Amino acid sequence: MTKKWSFKLTPTRKILIALVIMSLILAIYRLATGLGVSTNLNDKWPWGLWIGFDLTAVALAGAGYSICFLVHVLHIERFKIIARRALLFSFLGYIFVLATLILEIGRWDNFWRPFISWGIHSPMFEVYMCISVYTFIQLIEFAEIFVQKFSPTWYRRIEKVMPVVVILGALLPFGHQASLGAIYLIVPHKLHPLWWSSLLPWFFLITSFFVGPAIVAIEVLWSGKIFNSNVNIKILRSLIRISGGIMVAYLALKVFDLINRNAFQYLFTGGLESSMFLLEMVAGIILPVVICFSPWGTTKTGMVTFGILTVSGVVLNRVNVVFTGMYGALGAGYTPAGIEWGISIGLLSLVVLAYIFIVENFNIYHAEKA
Amino acid sequence: MSKAVLVDVTKCVGCGGCTVACKMWNDLEFDKSMPSHSENPKLTSKNWTTVTYQKVNKGGKQVWRFVKEQCLHCEDPACASVCFSKAIKKTPQGPVVYYPNLCVGCRYCMVACPFDIPKYQWEKVLPSITKCQMCVTKIKKGEAPACTSVCPTNALTFGDRDKLLAFAKKKIENGDKYIKHIYGEKEAGGTNWFYISDVSFKELGFPTNIPKEPLPHYTHEYLKLTPTVFIGGGALFTALSIYTRRRNEIAKEKEGK
Repeated sequence: MTKKWSFKLTPTRKILIALVIMSLILAIYRLATGLGVSTNLNDKWPWGLWIGFDLTAVALAGAGYSICFLVHVLHIERFKIIARRALLFSFLGYIFVLATLILEIGRWDNFWRPFISWGIHSPMFEVYMCISVYTFIQLIEFAEIFVQKFSPTWYRRIEKVMPVVVILGALLPFGHQASLGAIYLIVPHKLHPLWWSSLLPWFFLITSFFVGPAIVAIEVLWSGKIFNSNVNIKILRSLIRISGGIMVAYLALKVFDLINRNAFQYLFTGGLESSMFLLEMVAGIILPVVICFSPWGTTKTGMVTFGILTVSGVVLNRVNVVFTGMYGALGAGYTPAGIEWGISIGLLSLVVLAYIFIVENFNIYHAEKA
Repeated sequence: MSKAVLVDVTKCVGCGGCTVACKMWNDLEFDKSMPSHSENPKLTSKNWTTVTYQKVNKGGKQVWRFVKEQCLHCEDPACASVCFSKAIKKTPQGPVVYYPNLCVGCRYCMVACPFDIPKYQWEKVLPSITKCQMCVTKIKKGEAPACTSVCPTNALTFGDRDKLLAFAKKKIENGDKYIKHIYGEKEAGGTNWFYISDVSFKELGFPTNIPKEPLPHYTHEYLKLTPTVFIGGGALFTALSIYTRRRNEIAKEKEGK
């Protein structure tokens, strides 16, 4: 590994860069004109696409803490090889979320207020504090990778604090992943009973945990082709089985919860809510579980399918909580504006570019020791 | 002593004077395209209160009823509980008050409010939440809110919450003019605005699926676990981490032998 930077400009990357520039221009426009002009948000639908992206991105970024938990708390040695890519994915995910949030809040100049004026009765406060500290923790974890390339002295120094850092890195997200679900506890009269439950925080937590290995599986099989980053397929199999096991427990808890709340009746009523819920549970949970424990699930195609279905299921779950489940109470009246899409797509392009740049220039894939 | 307002729907004639007084006291812009009293008015950042003209069915006859809408000033407000920068607070005098200088603009209050009251200044570059403040500065001086002080038919009565509630109960129990329901007595755990009426609140367009339990209780059931999760989780993770590392070391030593 050399100390020089390299970034080859392929046509795809040029398109991504163009999207990033477009997004920057749109972001400036959003800040200069306000939310009313630049988005389709309104009094009926105060939360829209960006909140959807935020909830989804934090869930998918759960890859960081679930793998961190397996590697640094449970010390499952064989998973060490994937720890850094999970961290990187998560770190960039949180940066995407923070960038979106700054544009999403109306008073971005006041973003620091909760540090001083503590609204401790709000789950949002826990989310805010946890994500702030956790992003800092990830920054230290990432600094370890960064200085490994440049400064052996600093590398040794950071190594010393890592045991504490990784425990916090595994612990904090347990708080804010659950608290993100807790945000919706206050609307039992608005969120459809297929999704509203007093267990919602725990559902958010569990889904964000099992989606981690699914994301990693996709990443490993993708990067294996492009960057020749070899991860033993057996390791991936055992990782995916962990997800599968948790998903079985999640499914059982969901069924128990629906029966317990007398909400099972809504399952087959037809209509938007029940079809979306069934799609989420069948395509996003039951199908991947079957694949995971079938012989086909041990092949590369099987694992990628498992990964894509599981990730889609979690994405759909968040979309259902933010939009589908609220539709009955709020009614029609919001479709995301072009500017909202443009900014989000541009920010996602930035994440992809940053990911590619970092794996090409830093030691992400070949670190047995992470 | 907490103050409250009682709205007697049977007495309102729909003059809209209260909505005008509100605009004047709070210095809110008049917008012709957004009337504050009509058959279909809307609460907006400029209309903190509205009066809706409703044609309803009463004993087989079509009659007009006029419904004033504004923040109900919950006893245990969802909006204040979800505000993570404490920009909304319940005052001991009753009003639920918004402090724009603390607001981050997350709009969680708008999502959480069971009555869909908080509105946003969407057109502004640095917007604020807006809602009825129950003329808190007037109440602190011992005066009535602007809207109640101009009502020509006594449809709005201002007073101590306890006394007003007792008064309303007596009123609906005498004779059969009123339906036996004080809206705001129990909704969302109770509010500082009450409504009594001679037609059902559902027919008047009031949200009727609101839990009787204060909404912040749902969140509190979860949030009270936070210290346990972090302290317990921290201890558990540290212990696990030390144990699993040692176990790996022992396994390696055995392999080495």
